[in-house]
Amino acid sequence: MYEIIKKEMLTPLISRMVVAAPRVASAALPGQFLMVRVDEKGERIPLTISDIDAKNGTVTIVTQEVGASTRDINALPQGAGFLDVVGPLGQASDFVKLPQEQLAQMRYVFIAGGVGTAPVYPQVKWLKAHGVAVDVIIGARTRDLFIYVDEMRAACDHLFLCTDDGSEGFHGLVTARLEALYAEGKRYTQAVAIGPMIMMKFAAATCRKLELPVIVSLNTLMVDGTGMCGACRVSVGGKTRFACVDGPEFDGWEVDFDEAMRRQGQYRNEEQEAREHHECRIGRDK
Amino acid sequence: MANRIPRVPVREQDPKVRAHNFEEVCLGYNLEEAMLEASRCLHCKNPRCVTACPVQVQIPDFIAKVAEGDVAGAAAVIAKDSSLPAVCGRVCPQETQCEGSCILGVKGEPVAIGKLERFVADESRRTAAGKSLEGKACRTRPEKVAVIGSGPAGLACAADLAKMGYGVTIFEALHKAGGVLEYGIPEFRLPKEVVLKGEVDDVRALGVEIETDVIVGRTITVDQLFDEEGFSAVFIGTGAGLPRFMGIPGENLNGVFSANEFLTRNNLMKAFRDDYLTPIRAGKKVCVVGGGNVAMDAARTALRLGADTSIIYRRTEVELPARREEVHHAKEEGVDFQMLCNPVEVLGDEKGWVRALRCIRMELGEPDESGRRSPVPIPGSEFEIPAETVIMALGTSPNPLIANTTGGLDANRRGCLVADEQGATTRPGVFAGGDAVTGAATVILAMGAGRTAAAAIDKYLKNK
Repeated sequence: MYEIIKKEMLTPLISRMVVAAPRVASAALPGQFLMVRVDEKGERIPLTISDIDAKNGTVTIVTQEVGASTRDINALPQGAGFLDVVGPLGQASDFVKLPQEQLAQMRYVFIAGGVGTAPVYPQVKWLKAHGVAVDVIIGARTRDLFIYVDEMRAACDHLFLCTDDGSEGFHGLVTARLEALYAEGKRYTQAVAIGPMIMMKFAAATCRKLELPVIVSLNTLMVDGTGMCGACRVSVGGKTRFACVDGPEFDGWEVDFDEAMRRQGQYRNEEQEAREHHECRIGRDK
Repeated sequence: MANRIPRVPVREQDPKVRAHNFEEVCLGYNLEEAMLEASRCLHCKNPRCVTACPVQVQIPDFIAKVAEGDVAGAAAVIAKDSSLPAVCGRVCPQETQCEGSCILGVKGEPVAIGKLERFVADESRRTAAGKSLEGKACRTRPEKVAVIGSGPAGLACAADLAKMGYGVTIFEALHKAGGVLEYGIPEFRLPKEVVLKGEVDDVRALGVEIETDVIVGRTITVDQLFDEEGFSAVFIGTGAGLPRFMGIPGENLNGVFSANEFLTRNNLMKAFRDDYLTPIRAGKKVCVVGGGNVAMDAARTALRLGADTSIIYRRTEVELPARREEVHHAKEEGVDFQMLCNPVEVLGDEKGWVRALRCIRMELGEPDESGRRSPVPIPGSEFEIPAETVIMALGTSPNPLIANTTGGLDANRRGCLVADEQGATTRPGVFAGGDAVTGAATVILAMGAGRTAAAAIDKYLKNK
């Protein structure tokens, strides 16, 4: 069992858990993900890693309830545990391989949406620790749905908040905020967009317009996460790639987002049914 | 004359019934049937069946015990050479190995060696009531060996090394041990709880530790196994897990799956059971592309999930690489076979879901390098098969992860690890065997390679 050392709810639907997984913690790098299984009958659920503490052997995961399995995850109390935590999976972010002199030339802007803000955090922390200039734009529907605002403010150079309803920060989408920054004369050498697929699609389009290279992190369907099943296949630059082993980060200009969004919804009917009929088992079996 | 007795037929679930459930197809012999069948063995002086067995099970010896009704004695004979008899009795291609070499097969039907092996394994487990057949091996050697992958190659290698007295840890990437036996082969051919788990537990009982959720190459590297975890040798038995696709238009439509995905959802994740959360989708009509055992498994799984199912294969039935028994079972259950037929495009509806598979008729041309006649498309013969789901069962290749993260470890063009006949790779102390070296093959060949490598590792460590 992989114990949940600490748990808190960041919003009514988003939890943050610190989980004891020493092997994962000692190997994980920014950009990678892991998979969890709550119990014997549970799905293998891919989750991004939002913090890594190799010394204490823990990783932090942030989970948004979107269906039966994520509801089961969020119902786990502190002190309980996951039956399985496996990882790290996927490739680390490209920047961890860049030589220091090249890194020093970079100016990053992160575009984060919703629960995608969590995996942005370790990347921003890593870059700042390596002396790289980093700005962050976070978008949310409304102010109550922001996560990681304080952590991010402490970690990055400039933080820009946007809300769809204008309840906090810039009134509008993250893409409009980026364009506004460019209009003010800001320039970046690399963007990274992590959030809902639709946000990444438009962020990539905006970056392309601004001639700004952009990396996106794809949260596709997965079963094993090790390259065995191909459920995660995406078209990147016209070629089929596996998000689990070739990704999860890809060149945002090249990703076929329409196909990725369609494929992501492949089990929507089944998931809907599970959400309605699956009564949460947590706490009843034990 | 013993050989006047006809081969004792094995009881099976009625095809009409089993087409709707995931219970095992073959019901196996009872003691009486097994003893009768065992009495047919001629006990040849030079038993060709033993030579033909990749792990050299002493077949006539165990059959003699069965003929006497000594099941425990038979199990002890098998256990000397095989740690997975209940598995092998079910999934080995006996017709091309032990039974294919049986003298009785020249004029009549060979001894049902596979069914007898299965009987011995099942019956001894039932009567031993969960007790291990062999008990813990004695740790007599100081060295520890890391085995990567808990499929047939890894289990066989680990069992032999433990019996030799080494400390052995198996690292498994998935959450359950068994490899392809767990994720690939369906319940109706190889029941997981009753059969597979028992044999994996027997390997554990020898003192082998199995650590799941460890992906070597990601969670830990081969170098770390040597440098930080104190292992003196490594065996790589990671199989061939990467699915192939055809590269035809429409392959990324919703409803196109690799056989690996479809089977992993169903087998490892138990999606066929309502109480498990992982979803699976077959729909009303499924086309499975390919002609191997995996294609048969996928088709028979889709059928059991309620779909009208067709196998699409570009050559003829004679060339089907699947075992005869699997083809026969699939047909009995109602799987449709479209031979000399090759997909050229997957067609989708306006929402991006599969609606049909566009195929072209083929004819057999000249033999290729494998000696099989190559299929050639007949121009203008394209036609559509309506389908909601298309499953690609085109073979698999080894996962490149370990080769890519281990210095000095060479792989060939096809991604297979380079190893000599003893399993030694290009890196000292690292051995490999099974599908990771050969590409997708059989359970028993992988076990044979695991055993060979165990002997080589022993020699390597003693000479070190």
